[in-house]
Amino acid sequence: MNEGDGLVARNLVKRFSKDRPSAVDNISLSVSRGEVLSIVGPNGAGKSTLIQMLLGLLVPDSGTIHLFGEDVTRHRRRIAHRINYASTDLSLPYSLTVRENLDVFALVYDLPNPRRAVTRILETFSLGDLARIRVGKLSTGQIARLGIAKALLSSPEVLFLDEPTATLDPEAAQEIRVLLQGHVRNSGLGLVYTSHNMREVERLSDRILLIESGRMVAEGTADELCRKFESSDLESVFLKSMSEARESQGITASDQKGSVCG
Amino acid sequence: MVDPIDSRRLAPRKPVPWFAIRPMLGILLRQLYLYRRSLPRWMEIFYWPLLDLLVWGFLTLYLKQGTIHMAGTAKALLGGLLLWDMLYRSQQGISVVFLEEIWSRNLYNMMVAPVTPFHVVFGAMLTGLVKVSLSSSVAIVLAWFLFSYSIFNLGLSLIPFILALVLMGWSLGIMTTALILRFGQEAEVLAWGVIFLFQPVSAVFNPVSVLPGGFRQVAFLVPASHVFEGMRGVLSGKGFPWHDLIWAFLIDIIYFLGALLLFHRVLERARKTGFSLKLGS
Repeated sequence: MNEGDGLVARNLVKRFSKDRPSAVDNISLSVSRGEVLSIVGPNGAGKSTLIQMLLGLLVPDSGTIHLFGEDVTRHRRRIAHRINYASTDLSLPYSLTVRENLDVFALVYDLPNPRRAVTRILETFSLGDLARIRVGKLSTGQIARLGIAKALLSSPEVLFLDEPTATLDPEAAQEIRVLLQGHVRNSGLGLVYTSHNMREVERLSDRILLIESGRMVAEGTADELCRKFESSDLESVFLKSMSEARESQGITASDQKGSVCG
Repeated sequence: MVDPIDSRRLAPRKPVPWFAIRPMLGILLRQLYLYRRSLPRWMEIFYWPLLDLLVWGFLTLYLKQGTIHMAGTAKALLGGLLLWDMLYRSQQGISVVFLEEIWSRNLYNMMVAPVTPFHVVFGAMLTGLVKVSLSSSVAIVLAWFLFSYSIFNLGLSLIPFILALVLMGWSLGIMTTALILRFGQEAEVLAWGVIFLFQPVSAVFNPVSVLPGGFRQVAFLVPASHVFEGMRGVLSGKGFPWHDLIWAFLIDIIYFLGALLLFHRVLERARKTGFSLKLGS
């Protein structure tokens, strides 16, 4: 893919300490408009570090990141208005209402017509009835929906979502998936997505990047990965690929406390 | 594989007695674990008694001189208190803006937004200014009604006094915020306490001449000490305190540039080492 077309990252390396292995080790990826890329890996695989670098908030030790042709690491300000981010690790002030929170971000994002933009996003995300409710009174699913609404308020061309449905029940998670699919289809939004829910990844993604210990294990569509790892579904692909990756790196299951595979 | 739990071996436990020691020790242990890894928390234990001792000790030295005019001193004390509060509020205005974002896990949302950190800093300064205006207006009106004291006795010099103190408050607020971003929640105590580190050497309630030798030199490097010296000068009829104000603003500019530089450095470091999404938790 051409560097001017979307997000292109090449050979990214990030190491936080000399006596620890690299958090991200030579990973390359690309996302074009209207495409959904899922980054999948066990806890501690380097997904969040990778996303922080793609957002321009963390400088890689080596490698390049270009978004619509701009160098993200050196000129984040030039592209920051074209990207956004939401994560279940983040929240919005509980003491403000849904509308107040969005009003604040509409100003922070320097939107030309903030009130209209907020009204539109409230409608899109079916948050109109909750507009006057304080965030602290919302359910986890509603807060997650508001987080994504906040991120889409600035009409980003690439959206980064870090486990957006991790804390949601299946129905709320499905609502979020439908909203995201609609946005990707209608607006040509590029989506970079992390999740531990393999069925969700399978349904939502155009391409999947499997990483383990900061390294890329495999990349492709769900079908390609299933064929490659001779598995019937993505969950089996995940378990098999992680196990193979660890074997090749000489790591045993007991060394990987806390990971989902064992 | 662990054996399944044999339910027959689980004898029912008695309710915890009202005066059981272990739960209390648990609470103590939780605090000890917290303090074991936190220098700022240890400092706080000794910080307040020491600072109170210095502030009131220096005031006592001043009063003991026996050469002061009581009515004039009372005016200076109230004036000092009102102006000190402006300094305190302007520092807090900045720090609390950032703490609110950290507490509500919203700071990262701001960092991701297409604004520079300096938009956030200057937005916080604006917030601080609004808070100072509100709180000081109430304090000034109350001082007039309750104690027949008007801070406007300071005349035109009041405006530069306030500006110099607000600028110092902003600088300390930005520095404190930088330290909170660098060291996390442990450094939160600075937001509430750092300004009081400057109080004994700010000559709020007593002239600089009362301070012991070393303290006098330090006081010279604190903008607030020049403001409060100037205030006492005006109240004793010495005219517009040009000399004090020039020094206050010169040192203020150094503080402010230093604060912005520290903030910039902390953010640059965060771009290399990573910025915690869970800051504040």
